[in-house]
Amino acid sequence: MSLGLPHFLTVSALLFALGFFTVLTRKNAVAILMGVEIIINAANLNFVAFARYGAFANTLAGNVIPVFGIMVAAAEAAVGLAIVLSIFHNWRSIDTEVITSLRE
Amino acid sequence: MHGAELIHAHPFWALWLIPALPLLGAAVNGIFGLKLYRAFGPRVNHTIAIVLPSISFVIAVTAFIQLAGLDEHARALRHTLFPFLHLGLLDADLSFWMDPLSGVMTLVVTLVGTLIHVYSVGYMHGDPSYWRFFAYLNLFMASMLTLVLGDNFLVMFIGWEGVGLCSYLLIAFWYQEKPNAVAGMKAFIVNRVGDFGFVMAMALLFWGLAGDYSGRLFVSDDGYRTGYYEAATVQELEQSLLAHQAKVGFREPQRVPPTSLRFDAVRARVEQEAAQWKADSPSAKQFMGVALVTLICLFLFLGATGKSAQIPLYVWLPDAMAGPTPVSALIHAATMVTAGVYMVARCNFLFSLSPVAMTVVALVGALTALYAATIGLFQYDIKKVLAYSTVSQLGYMFIGVGVGAYWAGIYHLTTHAVFKALLFLGSGSVILGCHHVQDMRKMGGLKKYMPLTHWTYWFACIAITTAPVFIVSNGFFSKDEILWKAFDAQHLLIPGWIIWLIGFVGASLTAFYMWRSYYMTFTGEYRGGHDSHGHGAPDDHGHHGGAPHESPRTMTWVLVTLAVLIIPTAALGFWPLLHIEPLFEHWLHPVVGKAMASLSWRSAVENVFTLEAGLAAASVAISLGGWLTARALYKDAKSAIPERLLASPNPLLRAPHTLIYNKYFVDEAYDWLVVRRTRQLAHILYWIDQKIIDGLVNLMGFLGRLVSAIDGLIDALVVDGLVNGVANSFAFVGRKLRQIQTGRIQSYLAGAIVGALLLVLVNFFLMVD
Repeated sequence: MSLGLPHFLTVSALLFALGFFTVLTRKNAVAILMGVEIIINAANLNFVAFARYGAFANTLAGNVIPVFGIMVAAAEAAVGLAIVLSIFHNWRSIDTEVITSLRE
Repeated sequence: MHGAELIHAHPFWALWLIPALPLLGAAVNGIFGLKLYRAFGPRVNHTIAIVLPSISFVIAVTAFIQLAGLDEHARALRHTLFPFLHLGLLDADLSFWMDPLSGVMTLVVTLVGTLIHVYSVGYMHGDPSYWRFFAYLNLFMASMLTLVLGDNFLVMFIGWEGVGLCSYLLIAFWYQEKPNAVAGMKAFIVNRVGDFGFVMAMALLFWGLAGDYSGRLFVSDDGYRTGYYEAATVQELEQSLLAHQAKVGFREPQRVPPTSLRFDAVRARVEQEAAQWKADSPSAKQFMGVALVTLICLFLFLGATGKSAQIPLYVWLPDAMAGPTPVSALIHAATMVTAGVYMVARCNFLFSLSPVAMTVVALVGALTALYAATIGLFQYDIKKVLAYSTVSQLGYMFIGVGVGAYWAGIYHLTTHAVFKALLFLGSGSVILGCHHVQDMRKMGGLKKYMPLTHWTYWFACIAITTAPVFIVSNGFFSKDEILWKAFDAQHLLIPGWIIWLIGFVGASLTAFYMWRSYYMTFTGEYRGGHDSHGHGAPDDHGHHGGAPHESPRTMTWVLVTLAVLIIPTAALGFWPLLHIEPLFEHWLHPVVGKAMASLSWRSAVENVFTLEAGLAAASVAISLGGWLTARALYKDAKSAIPERLLASPNPLLRAPHTLIYNKYFVDEAYDWLVVRRTRQLAHILYWIDQKIIDGLVNLMGFLGRLVSAIDGLIDALVVDGLVNGVANSFAFVGRKLRQIQTGRIQSYLAGAIVGALLLVLVNFFLMVD
C-alpha cells in the first residue's frame, strides 16, 4: 500500500486535534502556546500534502506558504511569550484560571 | 299720521356741569382730602366743598332764567353727554334735562345744599374726619342732582341709588359707635326694599312699551318730531334704528324710538295710546289680570315709600338721626327723602291714569301723616321730634301728588325744604350750644342764650304749623292747598273728605308737637345744669360745660338766610282762594297741567268758594288750637299737667303715652316679624347647607375618590404590570446571558471552534443534499 493524501490528512487532523486538546485543557499559558504551535504545524503539513497530491500539484505556492507559516509561528511565539511575560508581570501568575479579567 | 309730539328741548351745554361739579369736589376731597387737610388745614377742604356746589347753583339759576324765557310749550333744556344704553329697543342716554319741575328741584337742592355746606363748616369744626364729611356731602349733591336732572328712568335710578348710598355713608358717619353703624345699615336695607319696587316698575314699563308688543309699532323717519307714525314691526324698527344711528350718530336729540325710557317719550307714547294704558279702559294692557299702569305705579310707589319714609318703610328715617345734624337737614329732611314725591310728580302722566294707584298713594300719605304726627307728640329727643315731623310732612306731600294736585305736592316739598332745613339746622345749633344734649327735658330757656337761633326756630314753627301769619307761613299755603285738593278730588276710589279729615287732624297734631318742642327748648329756665358735657361724644368739639352759647357765625348766617327764604317761597303760593293762580301752579303747568285737567274735580263743576274758605278757616282754627294747647301745657315749663298725667295712677291714662312714646312698638314688631324670621331662615338654611348640601358634596367627593382608587389599581396592576413585565423579562435574559461571559480564554475558544465545526457540519449536510 502506497502513501497517499488521506494519510497525510489523517496525521494532520490528529496533530490539530492534539494541539487543540492541549490549548483547551492546559491551564499554563506557555503550554497553550505550545498547543498553538502544534496546530500551526498541522496546518503546514496540510499545505505540504496538498502541494504534493493536490489539484495544483508541483506548483511552488504550496511549498512557500509553510515556510512563511513557520516564520510567522516563530514571530508569534515571540510575541506570545512576551504577552505571557507581561501577564505574569501583572498577575504574578500565568494560570488561565486566575486571569479572568475579561469576565463580564 | 298721528301726532305724539315731544317737547322741543333747547340745548344747554352747561347742564351736565350741575351734577358734575359736586362730583369733582367729592373726588378731590375723597382722594386727596386727608393730604390737603394735613398740608393746608380744614380751610381747603370746606372751600372746595362749598365753592363747587355754589357754581352749580349759579349755573342752575342761569339755566332757570333761560328756561323761564322759553315758550311754555317748549319749556325744557337738554344736554346729552353720551349714549348710555342702546340695546335693541332699549334707549337711554346719559343725558340731563331741565323742565319746570326739575328746575324747581335743582334750585332747591343746590341752594339749600350749598347753605348746609356752609353751616357744616361751623358744625363739623374740629371733627377728625372733616374732609370725609365734605366728600360725602358733595357726592350726595352730585347724586341728588343726577336724580333730579336725569332725562330718563335709568339716569334717575343712578341718582336714586347714589343718594341711598350717601345716606348710608352719612348716617353711619361716626361709625365707631355701633348704634350709628346699625342705623346706617337699617336705612340701607329698608331702602333696598324700595329700590326693588323701582326696578320692577322700570321693567314692567319697558315690557309694556315694547316687550309684549305683538302687533305693529309705528315710527316715521323723523321720529317723534313730525308725529312718529308709520307701520313697522319690532324687527323693522330695530333695523331702522340701527340705520338711523349709523347715519346721524347717537347724538341726534330729537329722535327717539317709541320704546325709549325718556320721560317725555314715555309721556308722549302713553298719551298717544291712552286707550291701551288707562287703567279703567276696556282695552287696557294687563299683567296677570291687573292693569299694567296700576302695577307700574304701585311698584314706583313702593320705591317712593322706601326713599321717602312712608308706611310701611318709614322705620329707617327716625334712626337716621344718628348722623350729623347737617346731614339730617340736607338729606333726611330737605332733599333726599323728597325724591319719592318728585318721582311720583315726574310720573304724573302714569299715575293720573290709575285711580287705584292714586288712591293708594293718597291714603298711605294721609295715614303716614297722621301716624307719624302722633308719634311726634311725646318724643323728648329734639331731632326725633323733627324726624317724625318730616315723615308726617312727607305724608302730606304724598297726599298732594296722590290726589292729583301735583303742583301742590311739589310746592309743599319746596316750602318744607326751607322750613324743615331751618328747623333741623336750628336744632343742630341748639345741640351744639347745649354741648351735644338732644333731650329737650334738659334744655329750656335758650331764648336768652341763643337769640338768633330762637327767632329763626320760631319763624320755622310759624311756617310749618300753618299759623295765620300768612306772609311768613309758606307751609300754610302748601299744606292748605293739599288738603283742599284732597277734599276737592272726585276721582279717587274713596271720598276725598276722608283723606282731608285725616290730614286735618294731623295738622292740629303738627301744631301741637312743633310748639311743644319750641316751648320746651326755648322758654322757661335752663334745665341742663352747667356741668353737662359732651365728653366722649364722637363729634366732641372740645368745648365742655358752661352755659349754653350761640353758635358761630357761619351757622347763624345760614339760619337767617333760610328764615328770610320763607317769605319768597310763601309768595309763590299766594293765594288760590282769591282766585289768583299761584305762581307756582302756573310755573308747573307745562308738566302737570294735562294730567291734572284729566282728573275730575268738584271745583270744576260747581262754585265752591265758601267751602274752600270755610275749610281754610277750619285749618287755621285747628292749628291755632294745637298751638294754644302746647302753649298752655309747656310754656316756661310752668304747667304741672304733663307731669300729673304721666304720673297718673290710672293705667288707661298712661297707656296712650306708653304706646306712642315707644312708637307703637313697630320697631319691635318688625324685629320680631322680619329680622328674627330672617335669622331663623338663615339658621334653617345653615342646617340645610351643613347637612344636605355638604352631604351631597361630600358624597360626590367620595364617589370621585372611589373611581380614582379603582383607576389607580388598574394603572398599577395592568399598565405598570405590562411595562415592568417587559423590562423584567429583558433583565432576566440578560442575567442568564452574562453567565456565559466567564473570562476564561479556553471557553471562548471552545465556543469558537465548536461553532466553526457546526458550520462545517451544516455545510457538509447541505452539500450532501
